[in-house]
Amino acid sequence: MIPPAAFFVLAVVLFVLGIVAFFVKKDLLTQFMAVEIMLNAGNLALLALAKAPGRADAQALVLFVITVAAAEAVIGLAIIVLVFRQRKSIRTDDLKDLKG
Amino acid sequence: MARYFWLIPLLPGASAFVLLLFGRRLARRWVAWQASASVFLSFTLTVAALAKLTAAGGGAAPLSKTLLSWIVSGSFSASVAFAFDEIAAVMAVVVTGVGFLIHVYSTAYMADDRAHFRYFAFLNLFTFFMLVLVMASDIVLMFVGWEGVGLCSYLLIGFWFDRPAASKAGLKAFLVNRVGDAAFIIGILFLLANVGSSSFAAINAAPGSGLLAPGLVTLAAILLFVGATGKSAQIPLYIWLPDAMEGPTPVSALIHAATMVTAGVYMVCRLSGLYAASITASAVVAWVGAITAVFAATIALVQNDIKRVLAYSTISQIGYMFIGCGVGAYAAGIFHLVTHAFFKSLLFLAAGSLIHALGGEQDMRRMGGLKKPLPVTFPVFLVGALAISGIPFLSGFFSKDAILTSAFAGGHHVLYGLGLAGAVLTAFYMFRLVYMTFYGEEKASCEPGAHPHEPPRAMTIPLVILAVLSALSGLIGLPVLFGDRANLIGRFLGNAFGSAAHHLAPSTEAVLVVAATLSALLGIGLAFRFYRRFPDAPARLSRRFPAIYRLLAGKYYVDEAYDAALVRPIIRGSEWVHRHFDLKVVDGALNGSAAAAGLAGKGLNILQSGLLRDYALAFLMGAVFFLGFLLL
Repeated sequence: MIPPAAFFVLAVVLFVLGIVAFFVKKDLLTQFMAVEIMLNAGNLALLALAKAPGRADAQALVLFVITVAAAEAVIGLAIIVLVFRQRKSIRTDDLKDLKG
Repeated sequence: MARYFWLIPLLPGASAFVLLLFGRRLARRWVAWQASASVFLSFTLTVAALAKLTAAGGGAAPLSKTLLSWIVSGSFSASVAFAFDEIAAVMAVVVTGVGFLIHVYSTAYMADDRAHFRYFAFLNLFTFFMLVLVMASDIVLMFVGWEGVGLCSYLLIGFWFDRPAASKAGLKAFLVNRVGDAAFIIGILFLLANVGSSSFAAINAAPGSGLLAPGLVTLAAILLFVGATGKSAQIPLYIWLPDAMEGPTPVSALIHAATMVTAGVYMVCRLSGLYAASITASAVVAWVGAITAVFAATIALVQNDIKRVLAYSTISQIGYMFIGCGVGAYAAGIFHLVTHAFFKSLLFLAAGSLIHALGGEQDMRRMGGLKKPLPVTFPVFLVGALAISGIPFLSGFFSKDAILTSAFAGGHHVLYGLGLAGAVLTAFYMFRLVYMTFYGEEKASCEPGAHPHEPPRAMTIPLVILAVLSALSGLIGLPVLFGDRANLIGRFLGNAFGSAAHHLAPSTEAVLVVAATLSALLGIGLAFRFYRRFPDAPARLSRRFPAIYRLLAGKYYVDEAYDAALVRPIIRGSEWVHRHFDLKVVDGALNGSAAAAGLAGKGLNILQSGLLRDYALAFLMGAVFFLGFLLL
């Protein structure tokens, strides 16, 4: 039996990887995947921490999060596709129209 | 019909409303007809209500009607309610009767004016507000009428607003009245705070019931009287009335002679309970009236503009009314108000007919010999002049005598003396005017080729009616010499004021009547000597006493004194504030804060790189900082 702490460590590792990937990579698609990894790391951490008291609430919650994340991923990807169509680029360094 | 007395103010009001909205599109004849008809209907209603009031006899409850509840706040309430008692009845008859005649006169006088409909709309609006003032049953609603007539006065003085003098005169009238009205409002608030009710009945009863301490009664009465000096053109706020003559002549007759300017007298009579309770306030009223009566009459002696002579005469005559109120003879004050409304509007309208005949000439030095070419205007003007001078059995004789007799009977001998001196001056300046304009050689002052001619009948008929009223209206107030019950108006108003306290021996009263007659004849005789027998005498006299002549011709330099003491310092102070405060402090603060916001924006701009990574980093650092804060 794998101890719950191991799951938690994995979650932390995944989350840090997500952060690093978000800052290192320069295209919107990869950065979006990094965000998804961080989200799932969060899910995993929630499950790992909820394993100890042995309750099912967290699992139900995580199922919800996965559903919502699916919807969010659809919208996010659609936005990225539209940005690419408009700009012929999804490099975040090119997308700095908000510069004041 | 008397049941519908509350329609009296509303009819001209409704007509004004229609004319203001649609007047431009209505036919000129219809506009004039509608305006006059609405006032005539009011007049018939007024007469019906008056008949009901007289039929009911003394002590009858006044007609009253509450239209709507207006202000309700805590224990205080004011409503739009009209009351028609004896004082209001007399005043309303004058306002609607003289008002109707002047509307008719205006249909001819203003027939060719560009803004014909605007004139009649304002005239109707004035009648509405004046009747609201007269019939209001509480002081708050009266104040609405009070301000409304002031507004209409301003609008009509400046009616020919493309003439700079007219628009300036309108502004002057409005601003001078603001000074008086500031005191008037304070007086009203003072009464409301102490009495707790705005109705005249409650205010008049307050001194007796101890709601108002004697000192407070005096203070409130004097504050209200300051408002009256503005509206009724008394010292020190009379200066707007002579300039108000820039308005059309029928307006001078209606607003600045017969009705609005007597509103102050009416107000004092309405609050007679308050004024009677304060000896000091009554003395102030009487003395201001007496001094104004003589002061304005002396200025009238040397004026050359025919309308200005009449304006100073109006100021002087209103002074007489205030003498009456101040010595407790309220009925005599109202009586003089009525007769004055008749003869002074007659004089103004006749002067208007004269000016009309001469193609707009107002300077008496360029008139003369108009007796023959104006066979209607001359006799009616003469009747008015004789009436105001106090020639026996004409209206002015009885009403002025009623005031002077009451002053004498009350022991105010100095006031009586001033009044008598004023009567000599009045007769003198009126007949100076008559001799300068109607007698002497004819001076071709109107445009060449045109003859001075009588105006159309719409103007002459009101003149004749007013002349008859000026001659005969004195008979409603015969002195006690003619019997105890001869003074009809005194007995009628006595229901509202209580009867006059003082009685004189018949022999004393006969002496006073003779003295008044002699003073009138003396004034006329002097005018005859100076302006008919020896026409070069006035010039010699003015050379002999140049200082006095210049002082009078300069109107005592009161306008100049106000200008130097008040107007110019205010303008200079305003300019200083504009330069040093508005431009520097106010504009500086505004521009400064705008610049500060701009600078702050520029500084914060650096944070907005537009790069996703920078925002994400800020987010991460924020999250780390927040978590760290939670954990530690």
